[in-house]
Amino acid sequence: MRVRFAGNCRPVHETKPFFSAPRDRDARPEKPVMNPRALPYILLAPATFFLCAFFLYPFVLVAWQAIATDEGELTTKYLSEMFTHWKFNTALTNTFWLVLAVVPIQVALSLLMATLVTKMQKGRDMVLYIWTIPLGISDLAAGLIWLTIFEQTGFLNSLLTNVGAIEEPIAFLGYESKGTIFLAVVLAEIWRATAIMLVILVAGMGLIPKEYDEAAQVFGASRWQRFIKVTLPLLKPSLQTALILRVILAFEVFAVVVALAGTNLPVLMSEVYNRQFDMQDTHVAAAFALLILVISVACTLVIMRALRTPKGASL
Amino acid sequence: MNKIASTITSPERHGVVGGEQRLVRIAFATTVIVLCLWVLVPIWLLIANTFSTPEEVNGFPKRFFPSFDTESVEFFLGFYGVGKALWNSIVVATLTMIMSIGIGAPAGYALSRFEFRGKSTFRILVLMTRAFPLPLLALPMAVLFLRVGLDDTVFALALVHTTLALPFAVLITFSLFSGVPIELEEAAWTLGCTRLKAFRKVILPLVLPGISASAIFAFVVSWNEVFAAAVLTIEHRTLPAFLLQSLDVAPLHLKFAGGAMLVVPALIFIFMVRKYLFAMWGIANR
Repeated sequence: MRVRFAGNCRPVHETKPFFSAPRDRDARPEKPVMNPRALPYILLAPATFFLCAFFLYPFVLVAWQAIATDEGELTTKYLSEMFTHWKFNTALTNTFWLVLAVVPIQVALSLLMATLVTKMQKGRDMVLYIWTIPLGISDLAAGLIWLTIFEQTGFLNSLLTNVGAIEEPIAFLGYESKGTIFLAVVLAEIWRATAIMLVILVAGMGLIPKEYDEAAQVFGASRWQRFIKVTLPLLKPSLQTALILRVILAFEVFAVVVALAGTNLPVLMSEVYNRQFDMQDTHVAAAFALLILVISVACTLVIMRALRTPKGASL
Repeated sequence: MNKIASTITSPERHGVVGGEQRLVRIAFATTVIVLCLWVLVPIWLLIANTFSTPEEVNGFPKRFFPSFDTESVEFFLGFYGVGKALWNSIVVATLTMIMSIGIGAPAGYALSRFEFRGKSTFRILVLMTRAFPLPLLALPMAVLFLRVGLDDTVFALALVHTTLALPFAVLITFSLFSGVPIELEEAAWTLGCTRLKAFRKVILPLVLPGISASAIFAFVVSWNEVFAAAVLTIEHRTLPAFLLQSLDVAPLHLKFAGGAMLVVPALIFIFMVRKYLFAMWGIANR
């Protein structure tokens, strides 16, 4: 899909009307109701205002809440309260481990799926629809979906009992089985959020001209070599976008964890929620939010740098 | 080029490596089917739970095929607070849809039709929203809304949800308007249409399906959002917020029926907008 930037398009009445040469004052082109130069700004104004008021300003505000008291004095007590809280290290490490476990698998899986879709001749649309279904599914719903499998009377235990592998249902999500809780969350996250990367990568692969691959084929490159040496480098911009989106969403992991693990697997976002909602402790919640924000921006910068496309090398 | 390509591929197709080729094809088809099942089976299990009686949902072992009983669904719909939460969800999502298209579509049009100073700054502002965890916005907004008396209202939540949906609305309408040749508009102008009339009579009918797709997408974004909804509302909880807050007390059949209630509309919506998914996400590259 190519998107065209429309060129400089002036309304016709601004240029000289070519069908009737101006004779006198009355025949001058009618004055436009709106100044066409101002028009784009008028059209953009609501969106710009909205993004400034509800996107930029709140982020300044959340940072301010994390480092200042209600009276406006700068303080580090909220930050230090966050860092010294007994749950802080667990929440931080859990979140990082989740990101590290989920994202690489998703990259590999979405690359595989995108390659399969591009090579597919029959039933492409059908398969693509099925694979992108999780895109429309809420993270809470995804958590509940995987709860049907992993809860104690759930489908996994039913299956294992039916084939005679176990006698008694296992408490996969119980307080003591941290390992299976983690695994369940990882599976649910992979299930839910691979589609978003898939869509970006499929769109990106559609932009790569077939000739490159055919040329490599002429020189006798194998499938794998063609994928590594031709497709992957050309896919870099899409991969960059997909990774940034995915990593940021991965640090925001919340409802899946709450649905599957309750309070047994604290993550950063659930700490924000507890502080804000249960403890009404806005400032410490803001401190957690600021931390997630800093991590997100740092990750974005790292990914942008690591996967940057040299100027002039893009398609 | 085609000739070369066909001479390359033909020995693979008919020659000695035919057996290997078939193996590759079987592996290919198997992978595709397994991945389809990976997506579909968990959804099926949720649906199966929803259409079983509460006793079956809480019983063990589970049956993989439901008894198609609506008792769980009826219990869910009759549960205190569910009806109101459903209504709130619909109101918030509708408001989000109207606001994000109403604000986003003019911006998309301006980006596609004009060259002007500050255009790239605006594009960066829109793309920047992707690099930030937006649901966190709910925290400072909760304080702000309290100050202006908008706390715990569906409108306040819709404002935050619009922030989530607006970047998509801008980007997809931009790509839609770019797809309509400027010449069509110019022709209308020379025939005496004003800018507004040309837009209404010529451009709007062409982009309307795409606009509705992005409106539906905005609806789904709001319908699915959990964190901001749970932080910003107490009395006016949406369905996801209601479900989240009753997770540790609700019986299993209530949770699963609620989960299905969230999933089914989203499934239908995604099916309706599937043609536009790539326009929405693919564009992020440029």
